[in-house]
Amino acid sequence: MIRAYILGVGRWRHGNSSGFSRQALFLAVSAFLALVGTKARAQEIESIPKPEAPIHGDAKNGKRLYDAYGCYECHGGQGQGSPLSGSRIAPEPTHFGSFVRYIRMPSGQMPPYTSRVTTDAELTDIYSFLQSIPHPPDGKKIPLLATPAGPEKRK
Amino acid sequence: MGKQKRTPIDRRDFLKSAAVTSVAAMVGGEASAMPTAKVAPTPGNGTHLMSRAAEIGDPSDAEILTTDRPGSDFMLDVLKSLGMEYVAANPGSSFRGLHESVINYGQNRSPELITCCHEESAVAIAHGYAKIAGKPMAVFAHSTVGLQHAAMAIFNAYCDRVPVYIVLGNTIDETMRRPGVEWDHSVQDAAAMVRDYIKWDDLPISLTHFAESAVRAYKIAMTPPMMPVLLVADSDLQERPVPSDSSLRIPKLTLAAPPQGDSGAVSEAAKLVLAAENPVIVVDRATRTAEGIPLLIDLAETLQAPVLDLAGRMNFPTLHPLNHSARGRELVSTADVILGLEVTDFWGTVHSYRDQLQRTSQPIIDKNTRLISVTANDLYVKGNYQDFQRYTEVDVAIAADAQATLPSLIEAVKRQLTADRRRALEDRGKRLAQSHDEIMEQVRVDASYGWDASPISTARLSAELWAQIKGKDWSLVSDVAPGMSNWPLRLWVFDKHYQFIGGAGGYGVGYGAPAAVGAALANRQHGRLSVNIQCDGDLMYAPGVLWTAAHHHIPLLNIMHNNRAYHQEVMHLQRMGNRHNRGVDRAWIGTTMNHPDIDFAKLAQSMGVHAEGPIADPKELGPAIGRAIEVVERGESALVDVITQPR
Repeated sequence: MIRAYILGVGRWRHGNSSGFSRQALFLAVSAFLALVGTKARAQEIESIPKPEAPIHGDAKNGKRLYDAYGCYECHGGQGQGSPLSGSRIAPEPTHFGSFVRYIRMPSGQMPPYTSRVTTDAELTDIYSFLQSIPHPPDGKKIPLLATPAGPEKRK
Repeated sequence: MGKQKRTPIDRRDFLKSAAVTSVAAMVGGEASAMPTAKVAPTPGNGTHLMSRAAEIGDPSDAEILTTDRPGSDFMLDVLKSLGMEYVAANPGSSFRGLHESVINYGQNRSPELITCCHEESAVAIAHGYAKIAGKPMAVFAHSTVGLQHAAMAIFNAYCDRVPVYIVLGNTIDETMRRPGVEWDHSVQDAAAMVRDYIKWDDLPISLTHFAESAVRAYKIAMTPPMMPVLLVADSDLQERPVPSDSSLRIPKLTLAAPPQGDSGAVSEAAKLVLAAENPVIVVDRATRTAEGIPLLIDLAETLQAPVLDLAGRMNFPTLHPLNHSARGRELVSTADVILGLEVTDFWGTVHSYRDQLQRTSQPIIDKNTRLISVTANDLYVKGNYQDFQRYTEVDVAIAADAQATLPSLIEAVKRQLTADRRRALEDRGKRLAQSHDEIMEQVRVDASYGWDASPISTARLSAELWAQIKGKDWSLVSDVAPGMSNWPLRLWVFDKHYQFIGGAGGYGVGYGAPAAVGAALANRQHGRLSVNIQCDGDLMYAPGVLWTAAHHHIPLLNIMHNNRAYHQEVMHLQRMGNRHNRGVDRAWIGTTMNHPDIDFAKLAQSMGVHAEGPIADPKELGPAIGRAIEVVERGESALVDVITQPR
């Protein structure tokens, strides 16, 4: 539905929104500190698992949570993403530490999912689901995608 | 014109004479012997206005009951002189005179009446029509309630800078109003409720006044920035006979040439953009006609500058090597000069904005980046509605129509272009072409993700649809963002001006389906295949427009983007739920459209439209679209209900 610009900003400026610009992260952290205080922030950071920790979540439950928590709204049912709403996050999601960190304190338009609404265990399951999504077929071998995007078809 | 059977008597004159004779009867004497009109008794409590006695009573010899030349005939002549092909309307008694003139006096040809089930649909049909036809369609609306229904669609057209020609029935003289409903459907200042978002309106009190204002309204609507106009057609003026000694005439229409940019400012803009190392041309509603696209290509190729198309209109071919719309933010953030052509939201183009608990924004351009704006919006701005967006600090502001200014801008650039500079620009062009190829390759990869998903991905839907239409003369008559993630613009080959018409303008939901019908109506005479990717929530605002398409045999291929929710609003609820630390698991309440699922195929079939679905298996989609196209190519409407991913 088009009731306003997608999440309040311009139509094309969401492309590749997974980028973590230093300025944006600074702004996000500053805003967060101003609102909830240093102590709360420290608690959020502590809840983030170490990046190197092995991920053994329940992918089936992760799929359920992925739908229930509305991840598919912006990122698509298979994590395929959209240039206008949310980046691609599957089948090879970013490493788990960055994944959780961004969900807890997003630098862009994504709503923050604090540990009060989504536990680390749930995020582990969701992450496992994203890892379980099979790779798509090779786009260059899909007949419907063979044209017109190829440079050979340029007029 | 036929000869009148009786001496024409103005209704007002008739009532005056009736009053005079009544007075004469009261004072007695010779005057009381004069013939008097039989006036129906005023109904008291519990008395029906049209009682049996009144129905069977003898009409007075003095009462004139018919006329062969009502004012509405002349009003129609005026509309015909303006080249109106169609008039969209939901019937209403305040314009019954005009309605009758269209169907009988005008034989329902030019304009032909398009029967609508809602005034909002009527205006949105005219909105879509204008963007293909390049001229306004008339809309008849009914006094208070009709205009109230029409208001949102008028606002959309206003924001989208599209001309719509509204003729509003109303009854100014209270003595001309029937008791009861006609008082509810009369208003002192009819246009007041929409005056904030129309360009001009008038209340003519004579037919001569009507003719002049009608021609003036057309001219104003068609002068950039184009907008809706409104003309009140007083019901008494419609129904009163044209005086026999009338010397009515219709003034000549001469459209104003679109305003071009000041020559000095254009020269300065050319100098800046030519000297830039990383210029970007940002276009939104830059082109108005078929001539706009080659002009824009000429400018981009002369400068070898990338074009960022914000897709307010069909501006620039999608496969052109200088089309770099996919690089949006990257392009803007690295630009040293940005030339904005009819950019609706320039501030939002050069800033980022975070919708978090603490809203923040920052420029995404360098502080030395020079901004040039060419827009007719600088020529006409209103205060109440805030569609003008945030103030942008530009370096050169040219208050003019962009398309009309392009020839002089191109000429100024070419005049200042040296051979050395041309070689440098050619090198830049080669790098941009290489980059464009990479973008196109990436599009294939991106589209493959979720390829076999069910619900069907928007990329798959777009690819399946393109495979069916690419060999035809097609026209996409719907928007593609955000619901379709811009996939058609990324996967299809757009190179003709009628292949894309942009969005609603004011983001008012309910525009999509009727605007598609209006655009398809304009495409019909050209034999184009009109394609509408139709959002489910939008169609539910006024689905009766499907009947309008079927009734008038308007060929239109409707492909439902049925994601069974107002997903934009789901996302907003998610934002609020998480912001308040309450989670998002109840964000579906009030935002989704399931339990029960809406069967759009049955809905369409009930109104005489060929329909299939719901289709959730991507393998079934292509054949269904093919069957629907066969129907459309026979001159009818068809609908395929596709269950889709949210975005």
